[in-house]
Amino acid sequence: MTLRAVLVGILALTVVAGPSVARVQAAGEIFIPLLVYRTGPYAPNGIPIANGASDYFTLVNERDGGINTVKIAFEECEDQYDTKQGVECYERLKAKNPVLVNPYSTGITYQLIPKAPVDKIVVHSMGYGMTATADGRWFPWVFNFPMTYWSQASAFVKYVAQQEGGMDKLKGKKIAHIFHNSPYGKEANPTLEDLARRHAFELTLLAVDHPGQEQKATWLQIRRLNPDWIYISGWGVMNQVAVKEAGSIGVKMDRVVGNWWTGTETDVIPAGDAAKGYKSMAFTAPGAEFKVHQDIFKHVYDKGKGAYGNDRAKVGEVLYNRMVVNAMLNVEAIRTAMTKYGNKPLTGEQVRWGFENLNITDKRLEELGMKGMMRPLRVTCENHEGNGLAFVQQWDGKKWNVVSDWIEPIRDVVRPKLEAEAVAEAKKLNYTMRDCAKEK
Amino acid sequence: MSDLLYMVLVAPFKDMAGSPAFLVEVLIGGVFAGLMYSLVALGFVLIYKASGVFNFAQGVMVLFAALTLVGLLERGAPVVVALALTAAVMVGLAYAIERVVLRPLVNQPQIILFMATIGLNFFLEGFGEMAWGANVKKLDIGIPDRSFIVRGVQINELELTAAVTAAVLVTLLALFFQTTRIGLALRAVADDHEAALSIGIPLKTIWVVVWSVAGVVAIVAGLMWGAKSGVQFSLSLIALKALPVLILGGFESVPGAIVGGLIIGVGEKLGEVYWGPLVGGAIENWFAYVLALAFLLVRPQGLFGEKIIERV
Repeated sequence: MTLRAVLVGILALTVVAGPSVARVQAAGEIFIPLLVYRTGPYAPNGIPIANGASDYFTLVNERDGGINTVKIAFEECEDQYDTKQGVECYERLKAKNPVLVNPYSTGITYQLIPKAPVDKIVVHSMGYGMTATADGRWFPWVFNFPMTYWSQASAFVKYVAQQEGGMDKLKGKKIAHIFHNSPYGKEANPTLEDLARRHAFELTLLAVDHPGQEQKATWLQIRRLNPDWIYISGWGVMNQVAVKEAGSIGVKMDRVVGNWWTGTETDVIPAGDAAKGYKSMAFTAPGAEFKVHQDIFKHVYDKGKGAYGNDRAKVGEVLYNRMVVNAMLNVEAIRTAMTKYGNKPLTGEQVRWGFENLNITDKRLEELGMKGMMRPLRVTCENHEGNGLAFVQQWDGKKWNVVSDWIEPIRDVVRPKLEAEAVAEAKKLNYTMRDCAKEK
Repeated sequence: MSDLLYMVLVAPFKDMAGSPAFLVEVLIGGVFAGLMYSLVALGFVLIYKASGVFNFAQGVMVLFAALTLVGLLERGAPVVVALALTAAVMVGLAYAIERVVLRPLVNQPQIILFMATIGLNFFLEGFGEMAWGANVKKLDIGIPDRSFIVRGVQINELELTAAVTAAVLVTLLALFFQTTRIGLALRAVADDHEAALSIGIPLKTIWVVVWSVAGVVAIVAGLMWGAKSGVQFSLSLIALKALPVLILGGFESVPGAIVGGLIIGVGEKLGEVYWGPLVGGAIENWFAYVLALAFLLVRPQGLFGEKIIERV
């Protein structure tokens, strides 16, 4: 066989094999597609997210025999964090009758929002996507609990105020927002601008173009501006470069706060000691000390089914834990739906009801081995964001530590803006508002 | 209208005059960034000079070199050994590319060779990911990354090191091309494969040499960019930063890659800092291309490119 024939053979096998399949669906199971990015420039973020989902769904199947004995079937499709490929993955896996999808990309979420009511598939964009979809009266099929970008931005401002000694102390302070020049990166701007007007702080917006490998001009402007606080909304390499630049120009790192997508292990490790003191927002706690992790080790990794194989050290990283919580919320929403529709494979419409009536109490979190990993959460017909809270974590050079109490977003500012935006966005899609009172 | 003209044509220059130390800092930042782009552009230039091929895989070669280096360092190899082994890997890669990709395509149209480098790009990306993993890796070979102040101007040690390294590398390459027999042979091959073969220039050897040199340049570029942002797959995207440098400097000119890099680096930093805020910022990526296109309109072959004269 010639070298060329061997190469052609390998190529053909690669094409035929297609994306990796974690577990295929069988009759009597409930199917959840996983849009993942294990390869490409965003893989360092995509891998812990994909592994968190895989490990938690495997845990539920192995430990509990599924959700109330109904097994979860899940299948990965590689999208490289590319919107076009993500939509292709969604369309391909739609044939397997999924009940929900976690796009894990704001770009893909925007594309799936109009498809959700047509395909009857719930879109759960946990802490990302379009903020306006938190108004469930206009967007019944989309959920972004436990928090949105706007709530997060308001929680950041509240944290700054706490550190400065009160909301009145914000007056005259300089805050810079360095953001990825994309719909995701810009999401926080309207809220920050509104709060800047209300509390008289000076806001400077600095956009960084994709991918963000070179940010010298941005940090030169920061050096000249000398802001009191810096807020960063980045993703991928932009985060590592931003943290490194901040460290190298001598900014006080405990006054640099990333949003919850700008605060992972990956973001700080390349900067070494310079990253010490850097902070980020979060809504799920880091670390592998929770009971759920013991369960994951016992029921998944000890059986050789862990997504990280033998590399258990990565279990408990920021994005891994976030996806474990995400997967848990998916499972609990389905479980909630089963209280009404029975312990059997459900339809997307039935699962949507489960999402809308989700109530995760402290007691339930304790039963799940996740007490302290996130706050209790209640979702309603009107409020698809739920009542989530954020906190601030800080990098000590080796690990992330929680350094604040849970912070309530400034809801009286965020909610009216969100409702107005929901009307505007819904009109673009010719949606009509439903009456939640009639559905109670 | 007059306000707009003032904002575009007057205010930025008043700002520069009002804060000269900051202007110097912006210029230095631009020079350093430009030299970093030049490091990547050099790899393109070398291969284009010797084979007339635009190597689509140059960005991935930078990534592959950096991944190999950091992978060896993580496994405990001393820095010097890791550098030597990475150089050996890049030479081996050059040999393999000549044997598997280029040799079967001798005398094929340049577009075919270009397409082959696209294939090479995706192969190297996938192979690198398979061999070394997709995680972001810290690259620490002892280059300091602190800043110091000289007369109110902040200078970063890593960027200064990269600038000096780029300058040394370019000097060595210029000497290599101008004063050695291999350098002369490289230029002959670039002009015409068949003519070079007919006078006894070993085309295969030349290609291996030039791809090896491009591989070594990729190591230096990977080292500097990797130290700046960590070694990760986004490194391959820095090729996008080298394109306007090539358009401006010319595809065949080593000095052009440097001067082009400096013009692009300084131009985009000035544009972003002084004119960017007028349109919401984030203009430096496309501003670099606008700058390059403006030069292209005046000098299609680039600043230092050879003028194309077709006799009919």
